Amino acid sequence: MKYLLLIYESEAGFAGMSGAEQARIFEEYMDYTKGIRKSGNYIGGEALQAISTATTVRVKNGKTITTDGPFAETREQLGGFYLVEAKDLDEAIKLAAGIPASRTGSIEVRPIMPTPPIE
Amino acid sequence: MDLETLYREERPRALATLIRLLRDFDLAEDVLQEAFAAAVEQWPREGVPGNPCAWLVSTARHRAIDRLRRAKTFAAKQAEIAYLSEAAAPPPDFVDEPLPDDRLRLIFTCCHPALAVEVQVALTLKTLCGLSVEEIARAFLVAPAAMAQRLVRAKGKIRDAGIPYEVPGSERLAERLEGVLRVVYLVFNEGYAATSGDALVRRELCAEAIRLGRLLRSLLPRVSEVTGLLALMLLQDSRRATRVDAQGELVTLEDQDRSRWDRGQIAEGEALADDAVRRGGAGFYALQGAIAALHAQAARAEETDWPQIAALYALLLRLHPSPVVALNHAAAVAMGERLDRGLRLIEQLERTGELEAYHLLPAAKADILRRLGRFSEAAVEYERALELVTQEPERRYLQRRLREVTAAE
Repeated sequence: MKYLLLIYESEAGFAGMSGAEQARIFEEYMDYTKGIRKSGNYIGGEALQAISTATTVRVKNGKTITTDGPFAETREQLGGFYLVEAKDLDEAIKLAAGIPASRTGSIEVRPIMPTPPIE
Repeated sequence: MDLETLYREERPRALATLIRLLRDFDLAEDVLQEAFAAAVEQWPREGVPGNPCAWLVSTARHRAIDRLRRAKTFAAKQAEIAYLSEAAAPPPDFVDEPLPDDRLRLIFTCCHPALAVEVQVALTLKTLCGLSVEEIARAFLVAPAAMAQRLVRAKGKIRDAGIPYEVPGSERLAERLEGVLRVVYLVFNEGYAATSGDALVRRELCAEAIRLGRLLRSLLPRVSEVTGLLALMLLQDSRRATRVDAQGELVTLEDQDRSRWDRGQIAEGEALADDAVRRGGAGFYALQGAIAALHAQAARAEETDWPQIAALYALLLRLHPSPVVALNHAAAVAMGERLDRGLRLIEQLERTGELEAYHLLPAAKADILRRLGRFSEAAVEYERALELVTQEPERRYLQRRLREVTAAE
């Protein structure tokens, strides 16, 4: 099964770290990614720019409306994701627990809905 | 044996196997129901098969294949039918009997930590105990429709999120087993702790929890905590008849009519408690089982081995520190050693503020003060306990005590 592991973390917390600390965390992500590539679980994954760069789009009556943000007042923001292949939820949970942010933030594990292939 | 009883006994085993074969809770429940309807028709005429469970499983499995064949999305189901046909016409080494592990798989799936605890409890009662949605809803004071919805969502999550149908590997077994035991004990306590509500439903919950405890022990006989939990439940349940008097008033352990305790259950519970402790690594349940056994062994309340009970609570407190265990420890110290030492421990606990809202803390303190003859101080504590208590029989008990100490002043 495929799972999306959504990484939620405090942007402010990360921004407040020293350069050396940030580099160490970056290093950890590199190691983690290498590990799940080697084990065959990795399908994809990216880190996202800060939420201050986000734009929300809605279409109302055929008109595209864009808003700056969201600047939700939640403590944690979506900061990145991994798409993984796992045998079952237990394996997906194990993979999620290996992501560095699982210690400081939280990981949401979402199964991918199976859909027929698009021609 | 009549068919209803037979079905009730065979159902969990058959269902557990069908869920493994069909990988679908709802489909398994439906086709098992149909298989039973067929049994009601056939068995009185042709006799009960030698292995009723295997008969139910294989009949239900064929029904499932028929259903999938008839399903509109035929193409999409091809692979599934191929898989099921294979299972229906098993290779020579295929065991057409339920594997003993099936029910263990089922209980680990129902008690998966990715499900909310109350959902784990409901799902366990539904699939492993065969309770109806209405029965479960009544036990937890939830509307049947809401309970049905909760179960549908849970089965959906098991399917769509890929919650595995297997016994966890040895590296995670202990951790996951803890969750399973917690669910079983929650079911038991739901039936045991409350003295209000539908007595019949509550007795049923205790019986189901004990049945689950027996099942777990038969599947994991060497795990101390599994044995300990069964011992604990049997010993607590042995006192059921004496906990409330004819007027519905609460009777404390001290005042219960011990001649009415269930001796058979006590004997079994004692042997199990002993076995659990001897295995070593006695934990949360095994220690509580041992404590319950000591209470059961005292022919009269005055003969209770309080020093031993206090020692076991001290051990429990070291392994599983919690303010409630600390309170029990303090009460045992008061009864076993000296009342004033127990009182000091309770006062220490009071200062932490952790049990601020727990009526049993002032109640226990009041009890010690009453035994010390400090009646006016006891009255203050009984009043505090009365402000916090929520259960009606407990409230009446505390009021009775308050009247006693007020009169004695």
